[in-house]
Amino acid sequence: MKKATRGRKPFPPGRYPVVIIGSGPGGLQTSYALRRLRVEHAVLSADAGPGGMFLRFPLFQRLISWSKPYAPAARGTRPYAWYDWNSLLADDRTHQALVAEFMDGSSYYPSRVEMARGLAAFVRRARLAARYGCRWEATRKTSDGFTLVTSNGDYTCRALVVAVGMAEPWKPDVPGLELVPHYVRTRAPRTYADQRVVILGKRNSGFEVADALLPWARQIILLSPRPALLSIQSRSTAGVRARYLLPYEDHVLGGGVVALDAATNRVERTGAGYRVFAAGTTRPGEFVFDADAVIAATGFTTPLGDLRALGLATFNQDRLPALTPFWESTTVPGIFFAGTVTQGAIGLKKHGIPSNSGGVGGFRHNARVLARYLAEKHFAVATPRPTLRSEEVVPYLLSEAARAPELWNQRSYLGRVVSVNPGEGIRDEGIIPLAHFVDASGPDAVAIVLETDQRGDHHPAVYVRRGGHVTEHVLSSDPLHNFETPDHRGQLTAVLNGLL
Amino acid sequence: MVSQVELIDTLAGLALFADLSRPQLEAVAHTFEEEYFADGQRILRQGFSGSNLYVIVSGQAAVHVDGTQRATLARGDVFGEISVLLGEPPAADVVAMGPLRCLALPGPEVEGFLLTYPRVSYRMLQAEARRVRTANLWR
Repeated sequence: MKKATRGRKPFPPGRYPVVIIGSGPGGLQTSYALRRLRVEHAVLSADAGPGGMFLRFPLFQRLISWSKPYAPAARGTRPYAWYDWNSLLADDRTHQALVAEFMDGSSYYPSRVEMARGLAAFVRRARLAARYGCRWEATRKTSDGFTLVTSNGDYTCRALVVAVGMAEPWKPDVPGLELVPHYVRTRAPRTYADQRVVILGKRNSGFEVADALLPWARQIILLSPRPALLSIQSRSTAGVRARYLLPYEDHVLGGGVVALDAATNRVERTGAGYRVFAAGTTRPGEFVFDADAVIAATGFTTPLGDLRALGLATFNQDRLPALTPFWESTTVPGIFFAGTVTQGAIGLKKHGIPSNSGGVGGFRHNARVLARYLAEKHFAVATPRPTLRSEEVVPYLLSEAARAPELWNQRSYLGRVVSVNPGEGIRDEGIIPLAHFVDASGPDAVAIVLETDQRGDHHPAVYVRRGGHVTEHVLSSDPLHNFETPDHRGQLTAVLNGLL
Repeated sequence: MVSQVELIDTLAGLALFADLSRPQLEAVAHTFEEEYFADGQRILRQGFSGSNLYVIVSGQAAVHVDGTQRATLARGDVFGEISVLLGEPPAADVVAMGPLRCLALPGPEVEGFLLTYPRVSYRMLQAEARRVRTANLWR
């Protein structure tokens, strides 16, 4: 294996079974997991060091994903990962739960610096290597994989893992929007003192900026075509997070902040300021705003390089690749994705709740599942599939629903699967994407996932495959999320009747 | 690749959204999520709860009941609405026939959306009426 050598840059150009592009949390987690499975790979990064987007974002220095130093589960245990969405996953205790280690106690959301320190410590302690300062420039398909042209030379591989984040500023094609700075170019809040500011966008980045400008701006107008979707309403992290709700409350109380449902038609310069023309959506009406500053909090896109030219299908206005449940391009086999781009695999999206693949808390689990999939499918690495006694299955599955971080972080996306094969007995197949389990063929088996319905009930859902046909069985919720009650055991035992 | 302007133009051409103003179409484009499905991928699963509502933007999909194909859906067709409106699992699978692009609206958001845009509700009723008429013709 071509490894890091003291004083020399690791991963020189050449042939590798797998090449990972990116040294953010997605790339690092994939590298860690592949190394545990002894799959040789190179990690290439255009950055000067590890950390990915956390070297620059979030703009106002505080994440929106929790890491709780003190939690119902003890640090260093597997269930603790549900209470710490930011640390990367590790098998060695000294590599686990590192972000909480660097937090100063002022918030249970780590600061950007605390997050970056946690990632750097993970790289240092786990001795993860990457070839930094190596820019991916072009991609060619070969007979058995891909050739990557980089600023350091050519790399060939059988499987390519793209973990480049989704931090490239994106603006919709509205006339005049090119005149307006993107969110990433928002200035220090005090420079907006006594200014009238229009923020285009009512998602997290828009409210993040509004929250930072509350003490400074004379007036803040948040504009976007649809009403703000709040996380406490959508019951998912896809909505605007509670910590940014001050501007929304100001709007509701009529304090000067206005959150308006309107489509921006065009933006013009007016001397030192701007004029924004908008049309009401949920309520008709034409609006013209004169503003000292306009900020386009319109989101981000994935820097996919030349992959579209290879036939990579994209969606979400060309911002995400279309992916299989195992995060492989649906149109270019052999190209996999890790990190936040794994939200390109939609999954079942039960009750409208998306996976949490856009955040570290979700995609770190995806990376482990991906590494195992790559190892087994492409490199014939056998991974453990422990046997279970029939009487162990029900309590095991219920304990997973109650405490497995994979299931809680990735609701209705990742599930624990146990198979029942006449020749092999009952086996723990590990954590598998639910969409794969319910849509692919296989032996008789059961998958358990955690789901949240539209009333906000968290409950286990069980999917049973018998003779190739999969049925769904929703178990009861519990106000304390205790799914290991006699009632739950009874329900699951009845569901699995005749299977075990 | 579909830009926002192209997406709104596409929406304007669908019967379901034909009565909406341009700003309202833009709101629809922001409210629904664009989703892509590869050939053979299941979008709606028979008997599974918690499904969502879909509008086909491009491509075709097959409707399967108990493994037998019963119908084909194409651009402009809506599916998943009966399941969402009745709060019951879908009675059919819907499977992509080739590359399929849809707009998806989470089930819990459907009621609020239809109440906000009653003209869309009316168009959806018309589509349902046509389906009932077609079903009656085959009796």
